[in-house]
Amino acid sequence: MGVAVEKELGSVQGEEMVLNIGPQHPSTHGVLRLKVKTDGEIITEIVPYIGYLHRCFEKHCENLTYEQAIPFTDRCDYIGSMNNNFGYAIAVEQLMEIKVSEKVEHMRIIVAEMNRLASHLLAIGTFGLDVGAFTPFLYCFRDRERILDLFEMLCGARLLYNYIWIGGVSHDFPVGWVEKTYDFLDYFEPKISEYNELLTYNKIFIERSADVGVIPADVAVSYGVTGPNLRGSGVRGDLRKDETYGIYDRFDFDVPIGTGAMGSVGDCWDRYYVRVRELEESVKITRQALDAMPRDGDVHAALPKKIRPKAGHIYSRTESPRGDLGFYIASDGSDTPSRFKMRSPAFTALSCLDEIARGWMISDVIAILGSLDIVLGEIDR
Amino acid sequence: MDFAGIVELINSKFGDGFAAVEEEAAPETVQVSPSQWGELAPFLREGESLSFDAMMCITGIDEGAESENLAVVYNLHSMKHNHKLEVYVPTPRAAPKVPSVEQIWRIADWFERETYDMFGIEFEGHRDLRRILLPSDWDGFPLRKDYQFPETYRGIVVDKMKEGWE
Repeated sequence: MGVAVEKELGSVQGEEMVLNIGPQHPSTHGVLRLKVKTDGEIITEIVPYIGYLHRCFEKHCENLTYEQAIPFTDRCDYIGSMNNNFGYAIAVEQLMEIKVSEKVEHMRIIVAEMNRLASHLLAIGTFGLDVGAFTPFLYCFRDRERILDLFEMLCGARLLYNYIWIGGVSHDFPVGWVEKTYDFLDYFEPKISEYNELLTYNKIFIERSADVGVIPADVAVSYGVTGPNLRGSGVRGDLRKDETYGIYDRFDFDVPIGTGAMGSVGDCWDRYYVRVRELEESVKITRQALDAMPRDGDVHAALPKKIRPKAGHIYSRTESPRGDLGFYIASDGSDTPSRFKMRSPAFTALSCLDEIARGWMISDVIAILGSLDIVLGEIDR
Repeated sequence: MDFAGIVELINSKFGDGFAAVEEEAAPETVQVSPSQWGELAPFLREGESLSFDAMMCITGIDEGAESENLAVVYNLHSMKHNHKLEVYVPTPRAAPKVPSVEQIWRIADWFERETYDMFGIEFEGHRDLRRILLPSDWDGFPLRKDYQFPETYRGIVVDKMKEGWE
C-alpha cells in the first residue's frame, strides 16, 4: 500500500499550470481574458488581457464635434449610459460655463438615479448568477425591465439613450411619465427586501462571498478603486457628497459602506451589500427629485447654438454606478476637442484583480470578478 | 489646502520656481520637467499635509503635429484632505521619456501602459511596460496627431477614411 501511494505521488507534477479564462466565457462579463497561473487549485498570479472591445473611442471623439460625442459615451458603459451622458455633459458645461434650468437639473438627477438602479440590479443579479444562484437574477431582470420600459417611453431607446445633452436633455418627460415613475418606485421599494431574503442572507451565498477577496482600504485607494467597490472597503467616498455636482447637495441620502457584517470589511459580500443598500438610497433621491421638480419649463432653453469652447481644458468627475467617472477634455477653440480622455472606473477596479485574487481558489476568482461589477465596454473604450 | 498653498509648499521644499504655474494658459496646473517629476511624485504622496493618496487619471497629450512636445497630465486627489492637483509634464516628441510612478500609486501601472500604448511615451522604471488596449504587434501610436492610418493590418486591406457623409 505504502509503496503504491509513493509511486503515485512520485508521478504527480508539482509545477504551476497556466489556465486561460475567456475571452469568451460567461463569467467574465464581456470579452476579457484572464491568464491564470495556478498551483493546484490555488491562484498564484492573474494577468488580465483587455482590449478585445477597443473601439478607438478617444480617437473618434477627437474627430467629432462635441454634441456628436454623446452617443459614443453611451457605448462605453452601456449599463449606465445616462450617467455617462451626464458626466460628459457636465464636463463640457463647465468648460463653456453653461447654466441649465432648475427643471433640467432635476430631470437629470431622476434619470441618472433610475439608471443607477438598473445598473445595480444587473450587478446584483449577475453576481448571484456567478456564484450559482440563478433565481435572483430573474427577479432582478424583471424589475430592471420596468426601468428600461420607462426609459423607452422617455427617449425611445432601452440602453443607449443619448438623452442628456450639453445644456439640456433631448426630450421633456412625456405625459404620464412622472406618475408611472412614482408607481414604479412604490412597486420597487418593497422588492429590495425580497432580494435580501432570496440572496443576501442565503447561507450558500454567504459562504461563497463572505471573507473572500478582501480589498483593504489602502490597497483600494492606491489602485484607484472607486464607487461601491471602494465603499465596500469601508471608505466613505462618494462624489455626490464629497465633490457634489448638479444639485445632489439638495437631497437627503446616506452613503452606505461595508461593515464586515458577514465576514471582514471589504470582502465580496460587503461590495455586494453596498449595492443593495444603494438601491434604497437611489429610490430616496429619485422620490425627492420628483417631488421638487418644477413641472413647467423648456428643456432645450439652454442648448448652445454652436458648441465651441474657448481654448482650455477641464478634468471633471462624476459618480457613475461603477464609481469615479472622469473626463479630461482639452479644447483648442475649434468645434472638435483636441484631447478627449475618459477615466473609467471599471478599468481601475479590474487592475487590482491580481493583487486581491492571489491565494484564492479558481472558483473564488469568478466571485471576486463578479463582485467588482466591471463592464468591458468601459474598460476597453 | 488650496492651490496656492500647495504650490507654496512644493516650492519651499524644492526651492523657489521649481514648479511653474502658467496662470493664463492653464490655471491651477503645476508644470514640471520629467526629471523634476521624479523628485516631486514621492513628496506629493508622502508629504504629511499633502498626502495625495489617489491618482485619479493620467492623460497623454499631443499639443499638435507642429509642436515639439508631448505631455503627460497627472490628476491627483487626496482622500484625506479632499484637495486635488493637476501636474503637467512636457517631454520632447523625438524621445518622450517620463519617470514612472507605478510603484508610488499602483493604478499608475495600467494608466502608464495606456499612455504608452496611445502616445509612445516611455515610462522609465515601469516594470511591465507593454501595450494594453491595442494588439501587441500594432504599428505606431494612434492618439498622436501625426499618426498615419494603416492601409493594411496583417494583410487585410483597411477601408480608407471617408470624408463627409455618404
